Amino acid sequence: MKYDVVIVGAGIAGLTAAIYARRAEKSVLVLEGKVPGGQIINTLTIENWPGDMGVSGVELMQKIQKQAMELGAEIEMEEVEGIQKVDDGFVVKTEDGEYEARAIILAVGVEDKKLDLAREDELTGKGVSYCATCDGAFYKDKPVVVIGGGNTALYDALYLSDIVSKVYLVHRRNEFRGDKALVNKLRQRENVEFVTPFVPEELLGEDKITGIKVKMVDSDKVRAGDKYRFLEADGVFVAIGKKPQTAMFAELMELDDKGYIVAGEDCKTSCPGVFVAGDCRTKSVRQLVTAAGDGAVAAEAVINYLD
Amino acid sequence: MELLDFYADWCGPCQMMKPTMEEFEKAHPEIKVTAVNIDEQEELAEKYGVSSIPCIVVLKDGEEVNRAVGVQSLKKLEKLVA
Repeated sequence: MKYDVVIVGAGIAGLTAAIYARRAEKSVLVLEGKVPGGQIINTLTIENWPGDMGVSGVELMQKIQKQAMELGAEIEMEEVEGIQKVDDGFVVKTEDGEYEARAIILAVGVEDKKLDLAREDELTGKGVSYCATCDGAFYKDKPVVVIGGGNTALYDALYLSDIVSKVYLVHRRNEFRGDKALVNKLRQRENVEFVTPFVPEELLGEDKITGIKVKMVDSDKVRAGDKYRFLEADGVFVAIGKKPQTAMFAELMELDDKGYIVAGEDCKTSCPGVFVAGDCRTKSVRQLVTAAGDGAVAAEAVINYLD
Repeated sequence: MELLDFYADWCGPCQMMKPTMEEFEKAHPEIKVTAVNIDEQEELAEKYGVSSIPCIVVLKDGEEVNRAVGVQSLKKLEKLVA
């Protein structure tokens, strides 16, 4: 069967697009490779979603997913591996097979940036984590490392310092991008040590993390003995930002230098028939409501394109 | 065969995976599924070295034969126990 539209990503942008496309009676398949619901499901309390003060990310996304499915959208948990342009549409390749579509909406969102260190994937879930609020509880009274210099890293360090025995905050500069107020709060915590300007060099541990080796930035200027530090820790929390996973679409359409899919408010990419919605689009505001807005705009654009 | 499903009430991905687990249990009555709340059964989480959830551990005759971290689809769960 050939779908009118295949939507890649089941976060709020993708599911909103599914709702709009189904209401226009288009056949819809949503493909999701990781977690249905998207990033917001890790948020316990949402205070900027109009009409539902304090709703949890999970509760909101379960409702939206149910709504999309009741309207007739199909959802499959399959990772997309590539999209190919064919004569009268597209072929979407996944880990399990292939789907045909007349049009595509990309709503792939953004993912945590990795450190790009050896064995990082292998040690993920065995000490390496990208979500302090998800995994922090496993490190009660144990030492951990937080890596990053933005607000996420600072919030993570603050959150963890209440749970763990010690937080090493590793950042490549002495100054932080994040809020001064947060930095000052952290400086007052006795169990938080700033390790700057250092960058991660090697993850230590066989079956699970036992620590991390960090290297001083511009280390040629210091004595050999000061170049490296070995931080003993049970957990390494990575908070160095997010980026869209769009490399596989680079041949089909224009991406900006950070990998975001280039499109204006009309959600049209440089490839006719492919539309983009949510955080993976070039835009200035990335919020739940703007992602939902994109979903509606992209679905309308698909409907016009198909008719 | 037995399946240990490590979760917590505060874990969003775990809750998003609940309907899939229910589907799996219905489709595979021959496999015992035990939900393990890691806040209440810390020792068990420690014993199996679980430090990120959701985490599914597959046991055969009490021995671990497979595991998967993160949200799994029904198909992936079925591959784990195949």
